[in-house]
Order: sequence, then C-alpha cells, then structure tokens
Amino acid sequence: MEMLRFATAGSVDDGKSTLIGRLLLETKQIFEDQLEAVERTSRDKGFDYTNLALLTDGLRAEREQGITIDVAYRYFATPRRKFIIADTPGHTQYTRNMVTGASTADLALVLVDARKGVLEQSKRHAVIASLLQVKHLVLCVNKMDLVDYDEARFDEICDEFTDFAAKLDIDDLTFIPMSALHGDNVVQHSPNTPWYEGPTLLHHLEHVYIGSDRNLIDARFPVQYVVRPMSHDHHDYRGYAGQVASGMFRPGEEVLVLPSGFTTTIEGIDEFGGSVEQAYPPMSVNIRLADNLDVSRGDMFARPNNSPIVTQDVDAMVCWFVDRPLQAGQIFGIKHTTRTARARVQELNYRLDVNTLHRDDAQQSLAMNDVGRISLRTTVPLFVDEYRRNRVTGSFILVDEGTFETVGAGMILAASSG
Amino acid sequence: MATTQLSHLQALESEAIHIMREVAAEFEKPVLLFSGGKDSAVMLRIAEKAFWPARIPFPVMHVDTGHNFPEAIEFRDKRVAETGVNLVVASVQESIDKGRVVEETGPRASRNRLQTVTLLDAITEHGFDAVFGGGRRDEEKARAKERVYSFRDEFGQWDPKNQRPELWNLYNGRHRKGEHIRVFPLSNWTELDVWQYVADDEVELPSIYYAHRREVFRRDGMLLAVSPFVTVMEGEEPEELMVRFRTVGDASCTGAVESTATDVQTVIAEIAASRLTERGETRADDRISEAGMEDRKREGYF
Ligand SMILES: Nc1nc2c(ncn2[C@@H]2O[C@H](COP(=O)(O)OP(=O)(O)O)[C@@H](O)[C@H]2O)c(=O)[nH]1
Ligand SMILES: [Mg+2]
Repeated sequence: MEMLRFATAGSVDDGKSTLIGRLLLETKQIFEDQLEAVERTSRDKGFDYTNLALLTDGLRAEREQGITIDVAYRYFATPRRKFIIADTPGHTQYTRNMVTGASTADLALVLVDARKGVLEQSKRHAVIASLLQVKHLVLCVNKMDLVDYDEARFDEICDEFTDFAAKLDIDDLTFIPMSALHGDNVVQHSPNTPWYEGPTLLHHLEHVYIGSDRNLIDARFPVQYVVRPMSHDHHDYRGYAGQVASGMFRPGEEVLVLPSGFTTTIEGIDEFGGSVEQAYPPMSVNIRLADNLDVSRGDMFARPNNSPIVTQDVDAMVCWFVDRPLQAGQIFGIKHTTRTARARVQELNYRLDVNTLHRDDAQQSLAMNDVGRISLRTTVPLFVDEYRRNRVTGSFILVDEGTFETVGAGMILAASSG
Repeated sequence: MATTQLSHLQALESEAIHIMREVAAEFEKPVLLFSGGKDSAVMLRIAEKAFWPARIPFPVMHVDTGHNFPEAIEFRDKRVAETGVNLVVASVQESIDKGRVVEETGPRASRNRLQTVTLLDAITEHGFDAVFGGGRRDEEKARAKERVYSFRDEFGQWDPKNQRPELWNLYNGRHRKGEHIRVFPLSNWTELDVWQYVADDEVELPSIYYAHRREVFRRDGMLLAVSPFVTVMEGEEPEELMVRFRTVGDASCTGAVESTATDVQTVIAEIAASRLTERGETRADDRISEAGMEDRKREGYF
C-alpha cells in the first residue's frame, strides 16, 4: 500500500478542521469514544451541531479559543492508500507551523469559503505550498451549502484562483466544490451539485499520481552514521548508514565520495540481516565501499558524472520564524542533509510579498513569518542541488546559536560552485 | 523491473531508522524507554535494525511502577539478553521510599502519575540527553500535536504552544545541559500499523497481548485484572474471561478487552473492527479529563 502525505491550508474558519473530521468520520476512522467526547463537548458548549473540528484541535488553548495553533497529525487508510494529514493553522502568526506541515506533504488542500472567495490568506498558503514544492494542490471551495450550491459562484472562484496560480509553480491543480459540514463531494458525490462532474475529494486523494514526484535520477546518499560493529563476527565490517535522498544505488556501481572527490565502487548494500540488489528513496541502508576511504557523517555519495554542487555560497528562499528580524551579517547554525556548519547571511536580496508576489528589494530585514531571498556563505562546503529538483539536498534549516531555536527554513535556488 | 516503491510499512520503518541514526550520531547519551509493551518492542526491534550488524549503541530504560504484569517483565529481560543492550531500571518504589513522591491511597490508587517524577529523576541522574519513547500521534489528541523531536526544558516540561518548527527530516536536537529531547520514532504509526509490522516482521510480544483466560472485574466500564496491586471494591465481581491487553502499562490502571484472538492475524482482524480507541478502552489514566494527557505531558510524562 502506498502512502500519501497531505496538508490542509486556508484562512481561519474556512473549515479545515471540519473537513478532516468529515474525512475521518466517513472513512470510519473515528472511534465511538472519540465521537462521543466531541458530541458531549459540542452539547456542553451549546452548539446546534457536532463540531467535528474538536476532533483535531487537541490542545486546551485550541479548544478554548476555537482555533488551530499547531499542526495536528491525523491518520487514515482506505484499501488503496494510507494517508498522513497535517492539519495546519490558518492564522498568520502560526505560519511557521503551517510550513512545518507542508514541508513533507505530497499534496496540499487549500480551502476557501465560497461566500468570501479567495482571500489573502488562501493565496499566501498557496504561495507557501508552491515554494515548498508541494506538487499537487486541491482548491476546496467549501461551504457551498451557504451559496445554494451555485455553479456560477464556484466557477468565479476557480477563475480567480487560476489567474493567481498562473504565477506560481504548481504542477497539478484541481478544484472541488464541497460542504465539509454536510459532506457534499467529500466522500460521496453530492446530489446538490449535479453540474459538477469531477472526482470527490477522497477519490482524488486515492488516485492522484505521485509516483513521478520522487527524484529517481540523481543518485545522492548523505552519510548519516558509520556502522562499525567491533565484534568477533563482523570484525572488519564498515557500513555507511543513511537514507537514500534520490536516485538509485546498486552494488558494483561507481560512486563519487564528497568532499574528498575519490571514486570507488559499491561493494554491497545491506539492510538488517542481509543484502539488497538496489536502494532507492527513501530506503535506509548501509552502503559498503570497495576501498578503504576516510568517510564520515556529513559526507555524501553521488556519481562521477552526476554530482551535486559543492559550494560555500548558496542563494535561497527562506521562511523566517522568530521575532528577532533576519538581517545581513548575522551568523547561524545550518543543518543541510546530515551536515552541520555555520552560515553568515551575506545579503538579503528581497522580501517576497506573499500576497501580491511583489519583490521588495528595499527591505533591510525579514520579520517573523516573512519570506525572502538571501545569499549565505557557509564555513564548510555543502553538497547542494536546487530545491525544485531535490527536496532533500535542496533544503536546510537555520538554528540560532544562542537560543538553539529553529529560526528559519531555506530552499536552495541556485549555487555557485567553488 | 524490480519495484522502486516502498510499502507504507517499509516507509514508516525507514523513517524510524533514520530518526534513530540521527539521534545516535548527534547526541551524547541517548536512552530508549522499554516497558515491554508492544510499541517499545517494535521500537527496540527497529533499533536493532538501524545499527545492525553492530549492537544498539545506547541503553534501554524501564520505568518500573512495581505494578507489573510478570509476563511483561519476563519478556523485557528476554529481549535485553537477546539484543545485549544495557538495562537501566528506574523504580517508582524507590522514589516513594526516598520520599520523592507520595503514594496515592484508596482502592483507585495508581502509580501512573508518579512515574513522571521517577522518569525525570532518572534522566537527570544518568545525564540522558535524548529519550526515545514509543508514543504515536494516533493515540491521543495531545500527542497528535507533538513533534518527532520534542524539546523538554530543565524541568522536563513540554510547551505545546511553543514547539520548534520541524521541517522535512531536518531535526534540531540542540539543547543546553539539563534540558533534553524526547524522540518519537513511531510518531506516524497507527495501532494497526504496529500490529501489521508485528505480523510481517514476526516481532515477539508478551503473551498477554493475545487472548488468554484471566480473572477480571469491571470498573468504570473497563475490565481490570485481579492482581495484588488493585483492591476489588464491594459490588465488583471478579470473573474469569478470555481477554487480551491492547496496551501494557501499570497493572492497576490498564484494562483488558474481551477477545478470542490468540494470534497476530486474529488480533489484527479484531482491531480493524474495533470501534473504540486503544486508550479510551483500556487506560483509566486518560479518562481523568479532556486534557488529561496534555496536562501530564506538560509535566514531563512520556
Ligand atoms: N455551513 C457550513 N459551515 C461550515 C462548513 N465547514 C465548516 N463550517 C463551519 O465553519 C466554522 C469553522 O470551521 P473549522 O473547521 O474550525 O475551520 P478552520 O479554522 O479552517 O479549521 C465552524 O463553525 C464550522 O462548523 C461547511 O461546509 N458549511
Ligand atoms: Mg482548524
């Protein structure tokens, strides 16, 4: 069975949590005790109907304020797929949590309230999803019950969003009219929208093709850990443990070891208890090399004729997460694949207005939840690819060296070698 | 052509292995919480795989309430011997004897909550900086919010409103002395995933996870086992039933379910058909209040 990870996005109150509650309920993932608890709370609070959002808003503060503060992860499975849902917050102040949820997603659901149309926050979330290279986007036009399931209204919203999305990097865009509250077009086709001939949301989630989203071309293996048993049975064993980032690795093939630049062949690829014929993403394996080279955590295996850029200078889009503004000259810890180093912000090129996509190059700093383009200089070379091409070797996080907080997330645009 | 697609269980396993290797590489003194329950059994199994053919490069720790099912202890010791790991036992009884905590009284007394103090004391005493737990996000709504790397301050507390953003698989384990990180490699597993893994991988579990005859009585809609650790109150009538456990915790607050499932496949069939959550059905500790788990987690609970 395949796994699909998706994130929800959209403005506050557009119905994200309700939609997830609906999906879980109709795929029978809600247990009786959970539903009873939610029904009881809804009654206690004097609601007319069961508030399905209570199923995902798990923190006390969230229930008290009726909002989502942090990502909630939910799980469900149908006979076709296992789904991991990241229900993310809509409030701008919690953008960093939305980014957390979207970073690992294959698909994003962006909700809009059919009465309100495409608001700034929905646009903002679509921009962030495209920045993070979430390849599939579904615009859920929700609360269709409140606009009498009007086809013209649906078309209007689709047109408006299509215009906006043309400026973004989105491979696959789907529109679905629905009512999360009443269940129209979520799991069952709705009799209220006879004019809609597309798939229901669940059908789309089950069938959307994600097989080609992985990069199976560029062989990249960040060395995570060196396995040296020092035991009688495996006296000379030396395995380089890691998770395949992209591409394929097979015994007998040549590999380029970075940063040393040596070339050797793969002697064997091991998993617990034995060897495998090939390793592909996201397999965790041990790779054994034919030659005894000096290889340690943070190094990378690639191919002699297809290698990442080895560089100390990186241009990237960053999302900024903390109050303290990001400015040129600041130094941070950086974690890129399994490599950690320090990085100085050489330049803030521009701040991206995620509502208008305008590039503001007069800005001297990035504030919390801002997105902008920066140039970094790192203390040691990194082995990078463009994020568009490789989500693993193209991403990094910045860590404040005083507070140890994760202060930013970066997506590499281009790198100059040397 | 051979497949280039992992099944969902293989992908979950690979993710867990990646997490364990990150911790082994970046922390000085990790420890894996091992109670003998099914989640910790799966976690230990994955740790074995992550470092094979070397031994697991960190010890395991059992927070021992003293209210154990003997089968779980037997199983714990067997797995410790098989894997060759070091076992650290942190004893709630010792915490009571030393006056660190006060034992609850009355027929409903449980040592569940006391474990937090014992756990935090042991983390401090041994200087553990990363603590692997078998918690899953599908277990409970506060857990659904927790990061894979969950930062704990010097008091062992979790601050759910101020968690570090956690992007891709780039985990931030930086912390000061006295602070630590709880690490949950099984975050994305469901109860059914765990059982399917147990089946596919032939993971051994304590026998009490399978249906067996046992003397039980009903309390608060749960079946509790008759044992030296619980006082059967008036009106509660012990009877012998075929039962199995869905979780294995403190024997005084872990309930059993009626079952005829004597092997993995029949357990999976029963779980797939179950209409109640694992914790709702069998854990008295989660029934305290709507925010029971969140409150305990803030204090430093598992
Ligand atoms: N009429 C109607 N109300 C909805 C629908 N979906 C959600 N709501 C209501 O909108 C409000 C906000 O929903 P919630 O799921 O909490 O929104 P979130 O902030 O996006 O998670 C709640 O009162 C829901 O009951 C819908 O399809 N139709
Ligand atoms: Mg919500």
